[in-house]
Amino acid sequence: MAKYFQIYLFVLLTAIAFYFAYRGYRRVYQNICLGKPEDLTDQPLQRWKNMLLVAFGQKKMFKNVIPAVLHLFLYVGFLITQVELLEVFLDGITGSHRIIYHAVENLPVLRTLYVGLISSIEIASVLVFIGTVAFLWRRFVLKVPRLNKPELKGFPIQDAATILIAEIYLLICIFSMNTADMALHEGKYGFAVSSVLQNLFHNWSHTSLTIMERIGWWGHYIGVLGFLVYLPYSKHLHILLAFPNTYFARLTPKGYVNNMPEITREIKLMMDPSATPPPADPNAPPPRFGAKDVMDLSWKNLLDAYTCTECGRCTAACPANMTGKKLSPRKIMMDTRDRLEEVGAAIAANGGVWKDDGKSLIENGYITIEELRACTTCNACVEECPVMISPLDIILQLRRNLIMEESNAPAEWTSMFTNMENNGAPWQFSQQDRLNWANA
Amino acid sequence: MKIRTYAEYAAAGETPEILFWVGCAGSFDQRAQKVTRAFAKILHHLNIKFAVLGTEETCTGDPAKRAGNEFVFQMLALQNIEVMNGYGVKKIVTTCPHCFNILKNEYPSLGGNYEVLHHATYLQQLIDEGRIKLTDTDRFKGKRITYHDSCYLGRANEIYEAPRRVLEELDAALVEMKSCRSRGLCCGAGGAQMFKEDEPGNKRINIARTEEALETQANIIAAACPFCNTMLTDGVKSFEKQDQVKVFDIAELIAAGQGLENIVL
Repeated sequence: MAKYFQIYLFVLLTAIAFYFAYRGYRRVYQNICLGKPEDLTDQPLQRWKNMLLVAFGQKKMFKNVIPAVLHLFLYVGFLITQVELLEVFLDGITGSHRIIYHAVENLPVLRTLYVGLISSIEIASVLVFIGTVAFLWRRFVLKVPRLNKPELKGFPIQDAATILIAEIYLLICIFSMNTADMALHEGKYGFAVSSVLQNLFHNWSHTSLTIMERIGWWGHYIGVLGFLVYLPYSKHLHILLAFPNTYFARLTPKGYVNNMPEITREIKLMMDPSATPPPADPNAPPPRFGAKDVMDLSWKNLLDAYTCTECGRCTAACPANMTGKKLSPRKIMMDTRDRLEEVGAAIAANGGVWKDDGKSLIENGYITIEELRACTTCNACVEECPVMISPLDIILQLRRNLIMEESNAPAEWTSMFTNMENNGAPWQFSQQDRLNWANA
Repeated sequence: MKIRTYAEYAAAGETPEILFWVGCAGSFDQRAQKVTRAFAKILHHLNIKFAVLGTEETCTGDPAKRAGNEFVFQMLALQNIEVMNGYGVKKIVTTCPHCFNILKNEYPSLGGNYEVLHHATYLQQLIDEGRIKLTDTDRFKGKRITYHDSCYLGRANEIYEAPRRVLEELDAALVEMKSCRSRGLCCGAGGAQMFKEDEPGNKRINIARTEEALETQANIIAAACPFCNTMLTDGVKSFEKQDQVKVFDIAELIAAGQGLENIVL
């Protein structure tokens, strides 16, 4: 009876969680699809290589060794815990207990493999515990500067703490489950860490141990489901999106900024007096130069925004930020994501159709003009990002809109443009004097 | 030293080996003009047939593009491409990383396809080929040189070693700043910041970078970009260290090592 009740509860909880998770991930996917198309599928070999090295292999993390090692603990722990999760899942839907163990119990090689795997999960979990505590320590006690910048006030800090505490909770569950299970079976499984921990419970009754095992088992599974549902609302989504984001990262040199083909066409018409422009379509929407809102950005910029885990390596390396300017590349990514969430929610509330809300990604509580103007385009943020996000690409697209649609430029830039147009140099020197250096 | 333009080569029915793209700073900025002349002297000394566009050259459009004015950028770019394609330009060498980046990466899709080299790479090639021989390196003995990575040469195009290899020829001690190569700190000029006031903050970026340079106790800060050069020179002045610490372009240092330039350390 209890067995069938547990199966029923397991399936019900799983179904509810999957439903909400599906809605969460679908929302993220649909929002990313609001971006403009951009073909990023060339050179698949290079793309696989980037994904394997940078996402799977954590290559760029190792520029900062200490956080990289701590992060590696969590990453490896997360990856191999999936094996135990598989058994939890199979046990849950079949109402059995350690189904994989019992299947291999009498097969020495596979049994050793199983015990070895669970033991390594336990060891990894101890390392995850160390990593998680160290991360909480770095953020809240050491107050590492990049983890305590103004853009993190409010939900972002809460989100970070939630994830770290949830990880500790999951570890407690795993160890309660395995330790009680070991104590109940006189240590016959032989798991590495719980065989030590089980000594703490030698005087517990059979019932207490059974309850502890069940609490650990259910607590772990419910925690995992909660994680799954929470993930698409959290910066922690990077654990999934780091993979597509590195795969689809642009392969051009960092110095390359795309040329706008619509402007090339217009200038070629201007330069060729015999050309006749194609008839204008009176129903066409006015052309948009650069990006004013999230829908004007490429889908890759939007994927970048959802991939960002707010680590702030970009902001710590940003020359403008480190000299006290308002610009923070991380805030560019966070604002893009937050505005995208707002637009996505408005579209959903309006039956799938976008109705202009009079706001945009520039100002309106999002990215300010002052931030955009502070960028030196030095690419330090792009270089630092461990998952190949480009805040610079968004900054440049927003700058284009400010200049070409809003004519919003500092006075010095306006005269610079005029000089460039009139005398082919950013300063007011005559083009006829270009060779004067040779006569000095 | 006679500087010949592409038009003069064409009129004489000759083809130069390279186009030396001087750039706006190199043409008009008094400090950068010295770098232009130093590099021209090196080319001249090695009997390399080089041409400049002279009055036919205009800004590549980089500051406009980075500021967000794609229109002004493309207008200039398409003009420059028309001129260069008209002459059949094949190979360009420039002393400005901004010109280098935009000519190499952004001109091709507008119809301008050339082999583009920054002078750091070109000088390294000439050294490797044994064409540049330094005879006058005594003045560098016992000196410390620190190289400042330009963003548009370094991160933008991953050229980190060429300028260092060039400087190694000088027989001075090459010391690195706290942040260098892919983590080099910007001088503050890029993205058209050179042409406007800083946004409000608590420090200027060139001051932050100059602090790092001064920490190395170097006698010479080597730059490979006219804008970095200006920013660092200003930075050194603001610390009143201009008598002890000099900012030079790698071309000036090599020309001095060849005995072509008389620089004061």
